[in-house]
Amino acid sequence: MDFIAAVFLTPFANMWSNPEFVLEVVIGGLLSGVMYSLVALGFVLIYKASGVFNFAQGTMVLFAALTFVGLIEHGLPIWGAFVLAAAVMVLLAVGIERLMLRPLVNQEQIILFMGTIGLAFFLDGFGQLLWGSDVHPLDIGIPKAPLIIGGVLVNEFDLVAAAVAGSLVAALTLFFQRTAVGRALRAVADDHQAAQSVGIPLRSIWVIVWSVAGVVGLVAGIMWGSNLGVQFSISLVALKALPVLILGGFTSVPGAIVGGLLVGVGEKVAEVFWGPAFGGAIEDWFAYALALVFLLFRPQGLFGERIIERV
Amino acid sequence: MLYREVGQFKASYTADQAIFPIRQDRWFIFAALAAAYLVIPAVGSEYWLLTIMIPFLVYALAALGLNLLTGYAGQVSLGTGGFMAVGAFATYKLTTAFPGLNIVPALIIAGTITALVGMLFGFPSLRIKGFYLAVATLASQFFLIWMFNKFPWFYNYSASGVISAPPRAVFGQVYVTGAEADPRAKYLFVLTVVVLLALAAKGLVRGHIGRSWMAIRDMDIAAEIIGIRPLRTKLLAFALSSFYCGIAGAMWAFIYTSAVEASAFEIDRSFQILFMIIIGGLGSILGSFLGAAFIVLLPIFLDNAPRLVGLDVPVNLVTNLQSMIFGALIIFFLIVEPNGLARLWAIGKEKLRLWPFPH
Repeated sequence: MDFIAAVFLTPFANMWSNPEFVLEVVIGGLLSGVMYSLVALGFVLIYKASGVFNFAQGTMVLFAALTFVGLIEHGLPIWGAFVLAAAVMVLLAVGIERLMLRPLVNQEQIILFMGTIGLAFFLDGFGQLLWGSDVHPLDIGIPKAPLIIGGVLVNEFDLVAAAVAGSLVAALTLFFQRTAVGRALRAVADDHQAAQSVGIPLRSIWVIVWSVAGVVGLVAGIMWGSNLGVQFSISLVALKALPVLILGGFTSVPGAIVGGLLVGVGEKVAEVFWGPAFGGAIEDWFAYALALVFLLFRPQGLFGERIIERV
Repeated sequence: MLYREVGQFKASYTADQAIFPIRQDRWFIFAALAAAYLVIPAVGSEYWLLTIMIPFLVYALAALGLNLLTGYAGQVSLGTGGFMAVGAFATYKLTTAFPGLNIVPALIIAGTITALVGMLFGFPSLRIKGFYLAVATLASQFFLIWMFNKFPWFYNYSASGVISAPPRAVFGQVYVTGAEADPRAKYLFVLTVVVLLALAAKGLVRGHIGRSWMAIRDMDIAAEIIGIRPLRTKLLAFALSSFYCGIAGAMWAFIYTSAVEASAFEIDRSFQILFMIIIGGLGSILGSFLGAAFIVLLPIFLDNAPRLVGLDVPVNLVTNLQSMIFGALIIFFLIVEPNGLARLWAIGKEKLRLWPFPH
């Protein structure tokens, strides 16, 4: 009886009695959701263009952040380190296409998925071999002071992160909608064979899309890194991006954003209001349970393409 | 010349349906079993038995379980670690609540409990497919581990949250769990369980159950049309797969490490076992063993390789290099043979059959 009350009554009573606190929790959730979206974005880009479920995205985020921090520690200015790290990610994309995707072309999805797992192991070792496995603090001058806007406490850093994510999505949307390369990318995403038959070079498209995912990973890594320090646990954020993908659908950029926000808010609200009923720390699995329940009603995610099956 | 079935006539239906119809295969299996039962316990040191052979067998059993689900029934699952934890904790609760219970029925009951849990988490598979299902099974992984950490009842309110295996014997006096158990007894017990379950799996996938799994895997709508019930078939796959994983988890906790906490069955474990079946070969019993050998033995080899050639490399460097080599080898194997080590084995057998002729 107590448990039922703790699940169905107390949380709502608490919410009712303190609406400002609810707003604060929701905003906190939205802002942490932005960070999830940033990581999920990289997954979506690659899945859309090449149908590869890139397990190494989390490691790419870590690798990019490690490179960025390492370059700064060697005395480069921030913009120089960013450009150089982005260049490294492009080089990495070329290498991946040459050495992994090309020989594995036309294989089943699960084989490519396994390949990216191998890639994750490789990058893991490589990044730490180059830059060491300590925690690197990263400060690129983003203010972290708490702000009070309209009676609600928010962190300035989170606002900057949201702005960065917003402009990144805007830039990506422009790139996809307005440039020739973007159009080619969308064509490849729709149908590989048709795209190839009208003369779109599949290989260079793959290099481009992996590079873009690498740069998005770099941005995500910098944001996460300046929040937590650049360390191994960043690569685990990728696991949190999975329910985001499920909610938003694997093939939709807006879906990744909305999914990230939903997961962020859901997680925070569940932890704060329902956590006590279950003994706390339900943040660990809540996102997955949310995704699971959600899938039962909409198996293709919020914005995913309709699954049509024919025999 | 050696490997050719010419002249081996099958005179009865029983002979026609034998698990290993070719005589050379039978000899090979008997030789392998004899080596496993007689040679390895006789010559293997304690280190070999405890840190190489037992984990290899336990991993192989878990991989076998996942292979039934993913390789044969086509349902990708990332909840293996969670199901192994269910098996481990169920065995722990059973053996501590009923001290008189023999370890063998305890394992079977624990496996059955895991099967029920697996079925519960298998329900979404009816609607969700492919990678979506894989992510959905992550829910079971995270939820189960959280549950075993959160509720002290599962680990009998011990302060550290660790479950340690009480000593249990088979045949009255032969202890297979606990501190004073002989490594050889442990090894032989694990080996027997794994061999029996592997044979059962081999039989299972050859019969109508395995065939209906494969039909569901290849195209579930078509399978439904020819009269295979998807719900029952998928749930059965989840149940049997979880049964195997549960027993593997129980043996992990009771025989391999003797004391574990829930974090031993984290998400990494699930991924590791998924790697095994992909590297070894999806939809192959032998592949589960080959994959487990690859994933268990390669890191041990890479750990010791620099010392063997007399190089003194700092530990840090070795771990990083090891992970790089491991990753590169995975990609290399996928490029050379995307269908796994079991396929390489089959190709080898085909070559041997024709030898010394090229065609």
